[in-house]
Amino acid sequence: MGFVWVLIFKMEKTTFNPTVIRKDFPILNREVNGKPLVYFDNAATSQTPRQVIDVIVDYYSNYNANIHRGVHTLSQEATDKYEQARIKIQKHFNAAKSHEIIFTSGTTHSINLVANGFTSILKAGDELIVSAMEHHSNIVPWQMLCERTGATLKVIPMNEEGELILEEYLELLSDKTKLVFCNHVSNALGTVNPVKTIIDAAHKVGAAVLIDGAQAAPHIKADVQELNVDFYTVSAHKMCGPTGVGMLYGKEEWLNILPPYQGGGEMIAEVTFEKTTYADLPHKFEAGTPNICGGIAFGAALDYMNAIGFDEIAAYENELLEYATERLLAIEGLRIYGTSENKTSVISFNIEGVHPYDMGSILDKLGIAVRTGHHCAQPIMDFYKIPGTVRASFSFYNTKEEIDILVEGVEKAKAMLL
Amino acid sequence: MGIKEIQEEIVDEFSMFEDWMQRYEYMIELGKSLPLIDEKYKTDDNIIKGCQSKVWVHAELDGDKLVFTADSDAIITKGIIAILIRTFSNQKPQDIIDADTDFIDEIGLKEHLSPTRANGLVSMVKQLKMYAIAYQTQLN
Ligand SMILES: Cc1ncc(COP(=O)(O)O)c(C=O)c1O
Repeated sequence: MGFVWVLIFKMEKTTFNPTVIRKDFPILNREVNGKPLVYFDNAATSQTPRQVIDVIVDYYSNYNANIHRGVHTLSQEATDKYEQARIKIQKHFNAAKSHEIIFTSGTTHSINLVANGFTSILKAGDELIVSAMEHHSNIVPWQMLCERTGATLKVIPMNEEGELILEEYLELLSDKTKLVFCNHVSNALGTVNPVKTIIDAAHKVGAAVLIDGAQAAPHIKADVQELNVDFYTVSAHKMCGPTGVGMLYGKEEWLNILPPYQGGGEMIAEVTFEKTTYADLPHKFEAGTPNICGGIAFGAALDYMNAIGFDEIAAYENELLEYATERLLAIEGLRIYGTSENKTSVISFNIEGVHPYDMGSILDKLGIAVRTGHHCAQPIMDFYKIPGTVRASFSFYNTKEEIDILVEGVEKAKAMLL
Repeated sequence: MGIKEIQEEIVDEFSMFEDWMQRYEYMIELGKSLPLIDEKYKTDDNIIKGCQSKVWVHAELDGDKLVFTADSDAIITKGIIAILIRTFSNQKPQDIIDADTDFIDEIGLKEHLSPTRANGLVSMVKQLKMYAIAYQTQLN
């Protein structure tokens, strides 16, 4: 009996079936411009499975209440579910303590929280190091921090393949370096950065490291303890969760050092007009009524993806990436930006003589959703001297048939535009 | 021809198309046929903001008429500009200021453009009218 169960369990784990998985996503049934939707803008926002939508409906239908303050049943139920979600997130990213998980509105909020916290810690002459392939949300808050403190920003350059040049990074590090920040995966190129090496090298000179995990989290299960990272940021909407919620992981030591970001309710221990004392972690950083439903749904999204399995997801997405890369490269004049061996399922490309915006407009008419433009990473576009790219990003609910539709669409658009 | 007549002509032309493909193909053709702006006018000052693609517009007076030249790095955008220039170029500034732009909706341009491009269209019309206002004050 036991043996049979094990067998069934194993079979279920290894038979990854996109046709079955697609049934979980109501939106994939819709049409766009009279054509079945082909959704390849997953790096901007992923779609939401029924299992997560159900949790959102259940929250507003059955236990919508403010948390952490009410004595009544609804409030307690909502608080329990919200705190359970925090623990799910903690377990997923293997944080040592649940109070090291701060709920935020997403990656942008998480980075701003840390950047603001360092205002009183940095001084003129300190140095921060950023990578050349960051999303604007991992550049601008630090530039603002530099303006407030007089610290300066150094950049780790990248090569033609879209990989960071580590030798140059090591040269930039010194005892002046106070912070290093870099994405785990680039949204514009798909490159998976060697974050462990980056973190270890920074720690050797005593610098703290923030890794922007927004693009990695949907594909890679990061272990924050193994990485030994100081801060790690995630947006739920890129991994089957709702918009407007995400997390900041911070090592307890750091979160205790950083001052609160916003003042208000929930984040205080005691308030008098003379002095206010702050609440303990994580509440110190969670002023005001949070996105309660969003946090709970974030937990449900992690449950959903873990039930499928991150190894299975990565293996299948890699298959899609290889298939799409091969088929797209067969189109004459097509160039892919971001050609590292180590990539997630993102393809940024252009066709010689075709503006990405024109390509995107025609693909949209064919029901294919891609992203065009600079993908909030203008420095990368400047590096390649292009106005932008067309970006197709695949998720585990996409199929090879959809990639065929994309390839056909690109060829059609090319014929129209050239 | 006055602005109104030109607009009617354009609406007529577009009414012959059966689907978005033909409309796009036509706009791409228009884009390709747009007389190029003199390179020296492709300055940052002449860039219209609000477009995902770059758009340059230059205006100058020829007698009492305002002449526009323009360019873009994206071809569909160029097609849109070509339509706008055909309507507004070689017209008196006051007529440009007074002209309504309902024809854009009538030819279904807006609904076939992505929101960012539609915003770009609005900025383009605004910019052409701004030029007209500037030159009208010069003429007065
Ligand atoms: C690498 C990366 N960092 C940060 C962000 C910003 O995330 P959010 O808009 O959810 O705050 C994104 C989203 O596009 C991203 O791809």
